[in-house]
Amino acid sequence: MATTTAAPSQRLSTLPPAAGRAGLAGALRSEFTKLRSVRSTYWTIAALFIVSVGIAAIAGAAITANLHSNPGNKAGLDSTQSVLGGFFELGQLVVAVLGALVITSEYSTGMIRTSLTAMPRRGTVYAAKLIVFTVVTLVITVVTSFVAFFVGQSLLSGSGVSASLFHSVTIPANAIPSGPGGPGNGPPPVTFSGTDVISPGTVLTAIIGSALFVTSVALIAYGLGAIIRHTAGAITSAIGLMFVIPIIVQLLPNTWRWDIMRFFPDEAGRVLSVTIGQSNPHLWSAWPQFGVTLIYAAVLVGVGGYLFRKRDA
Amino acid sequence: MIEVRGLTKRYGDKIAVNDLTFGIEPGKVTGFLGPNGAGKTTTMRLILGLDYPNAGTVTVDGQLYRDMAYPMREVGALLEAKAVHGGRNAYNHLLCLAQTNNLPKQRVGQVLELVGLSEVARKRSKGFSLGMSQRLGIAATLLGDPHVLMFDEPVNGLDPEGILWIRNLMKALAAEGRTVFVSSHLMSEMENTADHLIVIGKGKLIADCSMSEFIARSTGSAVQVRTPSPDQLVLAIAAKGGTATTQPDGTLLVRGMTTDVVGDIAFEQGIRVHELALMRASLEEAFMELTADSVEYRAGVPDATANIGSGV
Repeated sequence: MATTTAAPSQRLSTLPPAAGRAGLAGALRSEFTKLRSVRSTYWTIAALFIVSVGIAAIAGAAITANLHSNPGNKAGLDSTQSVLGGFFELGQLVVAVLGALVITSEYSTGMIRTSLTAMPRRGTVYAAKLIVFTVVTLVITVVTSFVAFFVGQSLLSGSGVSASLFHSVTIPANAIPSGPGGPGNGPPPVTFSGTDVISPGTVLTAIIGSALFVTSVALIAYGLGAIIRHTAGAITSAIGLMFVIPIIVQLLPNTWRWDIMRFFPDEAGRVLSVTIGQSNPHLWSAWPQFGVTLIYAAVLVGVGGYLFRKRDA
Repeated sequence: MIEVRGLTKRYGDKIAVNDLTFGIEPGKVTGFLGPNGAGKTTTMRLILGLDYPNAGTVTVDGQLYRDMAYPMREVGALLEAKAVHGGRNAYNHLLCLAQTNNLPKQRVGQVLELVGLSEVARKRSKGFSLGMSQRLGIAATLLGDPHVLMFDEPVNGLDPEGILWIRNLMKALAAEGRTVFVSSHLMSEMENTADHLIVIGKGKLIADCSMSEFIARSTGSAVQVRTPSPDQLVLAIAAKGGTATTQPDGTLLVRGMTTDVVGDIAFEQGIRVHELALMRASLEEAFMELTADSVEYRAGVPDATANIGSGV
């Protein structure tokens, strides 16, 4: 490192005067620089990709193997949802970490004081951070969702259940065992009846819908991060909301747990990724159920924004 | 020009800043002095709008900080050198700050050059020493070429080389006509740099005066004189209302007068003076005396200062 003990020999050149006012455009550029210039961003994106695509590949291979020994399982098999399961179940956890970190790392490092000294209009800072993070997360989750789908489906080719974005796929709806089977005799014979048609539109909805769901979970974590201002606390709360509360609900009596499940933010992923029938009659259909998740995200982001502006930094 | 009016800030039951009013003139180094916990950092945070006051207002050139068109072009502030994301390199750290105020990208390279961090621009700031972090923080304050600069305890924990560098920088910035507002809990730190002093204790204003006034005002102020004719000088000083005592090493210790006055008396009387110095310790003592009632966390008072207090 060069050390200069003497006063700076060169005077700082003067800046040309500027018209206008520091606003959202500059704040957006700044937040994008922040996001792309720390390693944690790349680590979480890599983790999301590995978890989602890895599980998609494993699911694809496992289903293919399973259908070899049990062809009857082909009936009504939602391969799109199976392949995307890793992405929307576990991927949401990874982006939740990123969502929390984007804001809590400012507090844990003290950077928030430097950021707000440079740009004291807090609403602008909060909005810019939110917009940049949302757009980046949306792009990453959509790409991940598509890659997970294609990788998973490529391992299902020839199994007769692989879904496609380019043409409709017809699979049997029901399977009835039609004879004895077992070791030596090969898989048990089955007779199929009825058909389920999986249209490319449904598949596209599942892929995009899963990505939107994962992005909205990231926003829930972002809002919690702004409220709690502590990385571990925010991540723990997000996991609690998305994973622990649903488990507790599972333990409630059947008579009424179905009635409250639809009000939790975690259910939308499962509904959005369905391509055959409706997975659970107690839940709303895809988009209204996604609306529930979005309401959680909006409320948490809103409360976070209010506190971001109001509290001492 | 920073104007603080009736500023009050409470944290729970504790009052950190209590009805503080002062102004900071441009083109000077203004020292902001007070014992640890006096409310210096809080005041600076309130000026920047990082904390919200319970009462009172702060304006910079007549505007609230958050209302300025380009805040970084008006005020450059360094409160904590380590308030950066350690995982981000120096260049990107400065870039993300510059972008908020639409400052040109090449400005980042210029300020890095100025503070001598060009070679580590692409290194993550996590590995920076305190001195390097301090330079990075100063680089950030200079990005917008602001006419007001604020530094909170900038030399804390620095080695002598770093201290000298910062002192020279502050003087250079003030010489360029900028307002420099710098806090410290050490009087000795201000002696060489500040033109004006604002002293606070327990959140309240204790003194707002020029450095020379502060020296003159302090009862413990002492001037050490070495002269071949001490007896003659003692009489001359006594005649002008000062008191001079002979010390064991033969030098005189003059109280109640500045070096200027003592020098003039000696000149008028034709007395040779071989050494004429303001007692460095006395300024520190004057500061201690002023803030004695407002030190928040007091240890046992060491004897060394006890005899000074008796001069009151």
